Amino acid sequence: MAAVRTSGEVALNRVAIVAVLLITLIFLAPIYWITATAFKPRNLATTIPPTVVFTPEISPFVKLFTKRSQLREAPSPEEYEAAPWWERLIFDGGEKVVRSGRGEVQLSGYPDRFMNSLIVAITSTVLAVGMGTFTAYGFSRFKVKGEGDLLFFILSTRMLPPVVVAIPMFLMYRAVGLNDTHWGLIILYTAFNLSFSVWLMKGFMDEIPKEYEEAALVDGYTRMQAFFKVVLPEAATGIAATAVFCFITAWNEYAFALIMTNRRAQTAPPFIPSQVGSGLPDWTVIAAGTFLFLLPVAIFTFLLRNHLLRGMSFGAIRK
Amino acid sequence: MAHIQLKNITKKFGNHTALKGLDLEIADGEFFVLLGETGAGKTTTLRLIAGLETPTEGQIFIDGVDVGTWGAAERDVALVLQQYSLYPRYTVRQNLEFPLKSKIRRIEPKEIEERVARAAKTLRIEHLLERKTDRLSGGEMQRVSIGRAIVRQPRVFLMDEPLSALDAKLREALRTELKNLQMNLGETFLFVTHDQIEAMSMGDKIGVLNNGYLVQTGTPNEIYNNPLNTFVARSVGSPPMNLLDGKLSGGRAIVAPMRFELPYAGATKAGAPGEDRPLIFGIRPEDIYLEPGAPVEAQVHDVENHGVEKILTLRVGDETVRATVPARTEVALEESVRFAWNPEKVVLFDQTSGVSLRHAG
Ligand SMILES: Nc1ncnc2c1ncn2[C@@H]1O[C@H](COP(=O)(O)OP(=O)(O)O)[C@@H](O)[C@H]1O
Ligand SMILES: [Mg+2]
Repeated sequence: MAAVRTSGEVALNRVAIVAVLLITLIFLAPIYWITATAFKPRNLATTIPPTVVFTPEISPFVKLFTKRSQLREAPSPEEYEAAPWWERLIFDGGEKVVRSGRGEVQLSGYPDRFMNSLIVAITSTVLAVGMGTFTAYGFSRFKVKGEGDLLFFILSTRMLPPVVVAIPMFLMYRAVGLNDTHWGLIILYTAFNLSFSVWLMKGFMDEIPKEYEEAALVDGYTRMQAFFKVVLPEAATGIAATAVFCFITAWNEYAFALIMTNRRAQTAPPFIPSQVGSGLPDWTVIAAGTFLFLLPVAIFTFLLRNHLLRGMSFGAIRK
Repeated sequence: MAHIQLKNITKKFGNHTALKGLDLEIADGEFFVLLGETGAGKTTTLRLIAGLETPTEGQIFIDGVDVGTWGAAERDVALVLQQYSLYPRYTVRQNLEFPLKSKIRRIEPKEIEERVARAAKTLRIEHLLERKTDRLSGGEMQRVSIGRAIVRQPRVFLMDEPLSALDAKLREALRTELKNLQMNLGETFLFVTHDQIEAMSMGDKIGVLNNGYLVQTGTPNEIYNNPLNTFVARSVGSPPMNLLDGKLSGGRAIVAPMRFELPYAGATKAGAPGEDRPLIFGIRPEDIYLEPGAPVEAQVHDVENHGVEKILTLRVGDETVRATVPARTEVALEESVRFAWNPEKVVLFDQTSGVSLRHAG
C-alpha cells in the first residue's frame, strides 16, 4: 500500500536521508582512517596531506605480533635471502625481528593481551547479564519490600565516575592479591555493569506478560522450568541488547585496566598505546592493533543485530 | 472431572478487597458461569482456584480435598485466558505438546502425539499444527488455547473470558462449540465472562458477582425470572428488566411519579405483602405488550428493529419503559400507543435495599 505523500514530506524525507548519510560518514571516518593506516607502509602513515591511494601491506600486523628492534645497518644479502617473506617485510622497513637464544622468533605481548581482553570481557558480560537477568526477573515478578529503594540503590553505584574509587580499589586489591589477575578485572567490570544490566533487563522483563509463565505453572512446570522454557526465550532480545552494552563497556575499559594490571592480566586497551613509547612511534602498528581490537565488538554486534534493532526500541513494538 | 468448593474466600490486595466472603460450589461435570463486570473479581477467583494466588482467608476444596498448600502444577487444572496463553515462539503443535511434556506427567511420546491429534481433530485445527502461533487469527488462537487445555484432561477447566477478544460472529460460533465440547467431555467448567448472553446461553449454573460479592447463584432461568435484587435484574436480559419506582395499593401497582396504575397478580383480599413500603416494580420488556384500550398511554420514543422483534422505548411522562414486541407491530416515532404488562411476571423489590420480596421471604 503506497501511502500518499505530500511534497513537503518528500522533501523532509530527503533531508533526513542526507542527514543520516552525513552522520554515518562522520562516524565511519575514524574507522576508515584506522583501517587504512593498519595496512599502510610506515612511511606513508603520517604524510601531509594524507595518502589515500597506496598498496596495502600486512607488514604492520607482522610487526604487531613480533618483537623487533631498529636495524643499525641493512641486513646482509645472505641474511635477507634466508629470511621468510614476512621477515623481509620488516627488513624493508629498516627493522629486524628479535629472536631468542635458540633462534626462535619472539612473540610480542599483543596476542596475550588480546586473549586477556576476551577472557575478562566475556566472563564479566556473562556474569553481569546472568545476574542482572535473574535479579530483574525477581524485581519484575515478585513483591519485593522496598523495591523502589533497592533499585535506586543498585543504580546509585553508577552515580560517580568509577575512576574516583580507583586508588582505594587498587589498595584493596593489592591487600587481597587481586592485582593483575583476571578475576580482579572480571569482578570490577561485573560490578560496573550489573546495575546497568539489572535496570535494562527489568524493563524487558516487565514487557513479558506474566501470563506466559503462569500458563506454564498451571500446565505442570515449576517456576524454574517456566523461567528457562518460557521467560528466557522471550527475553532473548533484551539479553542480547544488554550483553552488547556490557561487552562494549568491559572491552573498552581503560583506566582500571591500566591501574590494576601490568603483565599477566593486562588487557589490550592499556597495551596498545604503550607501544607508542618504544622507539619512534610506529602508527601503523598501533592502527593494526586497534583494527584487530575493533573486530570482536563488530562481529558480536553484527551477529546480534536483529535482536539489537528490536531491543533498542525497548519492547515498544510488542503488540 | 472434579467438584470444586470455595468456602468463605476473602482476597485482599494491600488494603483493597477483591473478594469478600465468597462461597461457591461447582458440581462435577457442571458448566458454571461466573458473570460480573470488569473489576468484579472474576479473574481473581480463577487465579485462586488455579493456585496462582493464595486467599487471604478461606479454603478451596477440589474433590473434597483442601488444596490450600498445593502449587499450581499440582492442582491439575487448566486455564484458558483471553489472550497471551500461547507461546509466540512455538508452533501450534509445540504449544499443544507443552503441557504434556511436563516432567510431572511422564507421558510417552507416542501418546503425546495421539492426544495432540485427537484435540486438533476435536477443535478442527489439524491444518494449523505446524504454524507459528503469531500467524493465527483470533479465533484460531482461542481454539488452540482451548486445545492446550483439553490435551491434558485436567480436573477442571477454568476459562477467563476466552471469547471476549473475538468479533461477534466468531464469538457466537465458538460459544456453541465450547458448550458442545463441554457436554461431550462431561468435564467441569468454570467459565468467566462479563457478557450476560454468554452466561445465559452456556451456563448450567450462573453466579453473579458484584464488586467482590457473590450476589446470587442459580440456573439461568432462576437468575432471569427470579433475580435476587435489582443488581441481578439489571445484569441479565437485553434489554434489561424495566425497574419502576412505585407502591402497591389495594392490589394494584401504582407507578410513581406518573401514577399510572396496573394490576398486580400477587395480591390477596388481605392485601399484598409490601403494601407498607416504597417498592420497585421489575418487569421484563417481553412481558409488556401493546394493545388498543390497554390501561396506560405512552409515546413511542425510539424503535430498534432486531429482525424477529422490535425493541420499543416508550415514554410515559418522565419514565421510560422498554418493550419487546413482534416485528410485525407497526409503530411510528412519537405515535401514541397503549400498553399493559403481564401481572404474573412482575417482580417486587424493596426500594431501599433493592432486594426482591420473594427472596427476603
Ligand atoms: N495483583 C493485584 N494487585 C492489586 N489489585 C488487584 C490485583 N489483581 C486484581 N486486583 C484488583 O482486584 C479487583 C478484581 O480484579 P479482577 O479479579 O481482575 O476482576 P475481573 O476479572 O472481574 O475484571 C480489581 O479491583 C482489581 O483492580
Ligand atoms: Mg478479568
